[in-house]
Amino acid sequence: MADGTIGLWTVPLAVLGGAIRVSTPFLFVSLGECITERSGRINLGLEGTLVMGAMSAYGISYLTGSPWLGVLAAGVTGALLGALHAGICSLPRVNDIAVGIALMLFGTGLAFYLGKPLIEPTAARLPAIDFGWWSDIAQVRAALRINVLFLIGIALAPILYWAFKTTRWGLLIRTAGESADAARAMGYSVLSIRLRATMVGGFLAGIGGSFLSLFYPGSWNEGLSSGQGITAVALVIFARWDPLLCMWASLAFGGAAALGPALQSVGVTSGYHLFNAAPYILTLAIMIITCSPKRTLTGAPAELSITK
Amino acid sequence: MDFGRISRRHLLQGGAALTLGTALGGRSAFAADTTIGFIYVGSRDDYGYNQAHAAGAAVLKKMPGLKVVEEEKVPETDAVEKTMESMINLDGASLLFPTSFGYYNPHMIKMANKFPKLRFEHCGGLWTDKDPKNAGSYFGYIDEAQFISGIVAGHTSKTSKLGFVAAKPIPQVLRNINAFTLGAKLANPKATTQVIFTGDWSMPVKEAEATNSLIDQGVDVLTCHVDGPKTMVENAARRGAMVCGYHVNQSALAPKAYLTGAEWNWEALYPKFIKMIAAGEAIPNFYRGGFKEEIVKQSPYGEAVSAEARKHADEMKAKLIAGTYTIFKGPIMDNKGKTVITAGTDRGQKDPELEKMDYLVEGVIGATS
Repeated sequence: MADGTIGLWTVPLAVLGGAIRVSTPFLFVSLGECITERSGRINLGLEGTLVMGAMSAYGISYLTGSPWLGVLAAGVTGALLGALHAGICSLPRVNDIAVGIALMLFGTGLAFYLGKPLIEPTAARLPAIDFGWWSDIAQVRAALRINVLFLIGIALAPILYWAFKTTRWGLLIRTAGESADAARAMGYSVLSIRLRATMVGGFLAGIGGSFLSLFYPGSWNEGLSSGQGITAVALVIFARWDPLLCMWASLAFGGAAALGPALQSVGVTSGYHLFNAAPYILTLAIMIITCSPKRTLTGAPAELSITK
Repeated sequence: MDFGRISRRHLLQGGAALTLGTALGGRSAFAADTTIGFIYVGSRDDYGYNQAHAAGAAVLKKMPGLKVVEEEKVPETDAVEKTMESMINLDGASLLFPTSFGYYNPHMIKMANKFPKLRFEHCGGLWTDKDPKNAGSYFGYIDEAQFISGIVAGHTSKTSKLGFVAAKPIPQVLRNINAFTLGAKLANPKATTQVIFTGDWSMPVKEAEATNSLIDQGVDVLTCHVDGPKTMVENAARRGAMVCGYHVNQSALAPKAYLTGAEWNWEALYPKFIKMIAAGEAIPNFYRGGFKEEIVKQSPYGEAVSAEARKHADEMKAKLIAGTYTIFKGPIMDNKGKTVITAGTDRGQKDPELEKMDYLVEGVIGATS
């Protein structure tokens, strides 16, 4: 330890650090999608929203010098894209999955187009809070430099869980998702509930994007998301539309993403492609374990186009 | 002729060629105003490989009588053939630079056969005698610059542990890792290079994770071979580690942490090509070089580089330019203990054996598979 190395401890530490660093975008996108899907709609366009959020956050932070304005801009951009999705889906006989795919391509394409001049400049980044002050091991301190967005995301999960269960608007979202007829009978507009739910979902996904460009990896480029948005949408399904499970699944994904590089760094070099694929293997494994031909997905909102 | 088989594209081509022919009036291919087409596989401003080429193209844009057309993010599929055809037929390009490795075969070869009067220059160095004479390939021995970066890194590292974030274990990447390590060992025989492969050319989250893992292992100087080094440079600098750049000068991203870097020097090479053409000389079909031929260059040393390191690096660079030093000089062992270059064998920079490199030299921690 005298030379500042921690040997094999790097691996668990990197997985922990990775869970904290890499999971935040997954967390925000999956919580956002959780709200949208609970209201009875799937927004596959969140990959595009994530990338647009990352780009607009970086741009605004660069122009104004304030990363928090960037986060806000990312959220607003996300909410607008969500409104677009919900708006198109309110038209009769429109398939929400097809619209989602279109918006995914639209969002990433638009972000790449508008983001061209932003690749070179360096924008102001979000600050980190040092939770590792108690440790004199540099590696631990580095792993515990936590961004406040991560904490907000972690806090949001139980709040959403509670809100779905006990609040009035939580009940309304669930009603719209379980039975549109029931919601209508109660005198509520299903389309307006879904519009709001999709906008909130987009808002959160946009903020997830701002974390990518303003904190970790911390700059704007076109390979930034590499499919994290779409992974997070899939994550909602195996988290059974439960915000708390979404949180755990996001943390597991973040940790799994750190596994490949960490193992190589301690000398486990064989099969690194396999370890790099860890997050995807994890998805498959969970899907296989939890699926059953005898029953439908538990917890799936009845109005979702995939379960109908 | 079977008119039923004329495709729309051929019809368009014919039309465009006719218009072009009339407009130009049978002028020679490389007259005063020549149009040059540049094709990039990624984004033109990626702070990396494609930006280096775009910087070269930008120099040509300023030269009188030259018009440059560019297209970026062209995949290595028949999409690049369509891009080349449209640059030729619609923009009237007579010299094309498809700059990515995978554009060459079969795409550029096909186009070179189809347009025998035009000139095609590919970056990557794959031309053989069997290929069309109007096609050429050029490449730089950037491992020379990585070797110098290694010397600087070896002198600067306090822990004697260096890190290398690499995309894929292909010969060019392995050659860079090995040259970097050999340079570092020249400066500090105890130095080791830990390599992490991310699996692809642009994986920002993986690159950032690799950077953090390396630093957690005590690595204090890092370099990389990925398409956009920005992620590695910024994340390493945030953790207080030093960096050596790649492709272009990234010192603006981390002025204090940036030691030096291996850069392409297309700004010098492309005008040379144009001069050769203007003088009526043929560009050699197989064109390569390192420092001496000004195809690669070294970033200016950062403030953290000691006087001793500067002196050693400059000395070795002078020797490379003079041709009195060979980087891959036997005996060299790989990191599994096998002799890969026997004692007495000098593998000079042009040695084709080096193009097949599939090993990591002693001192590198990591494996190719």
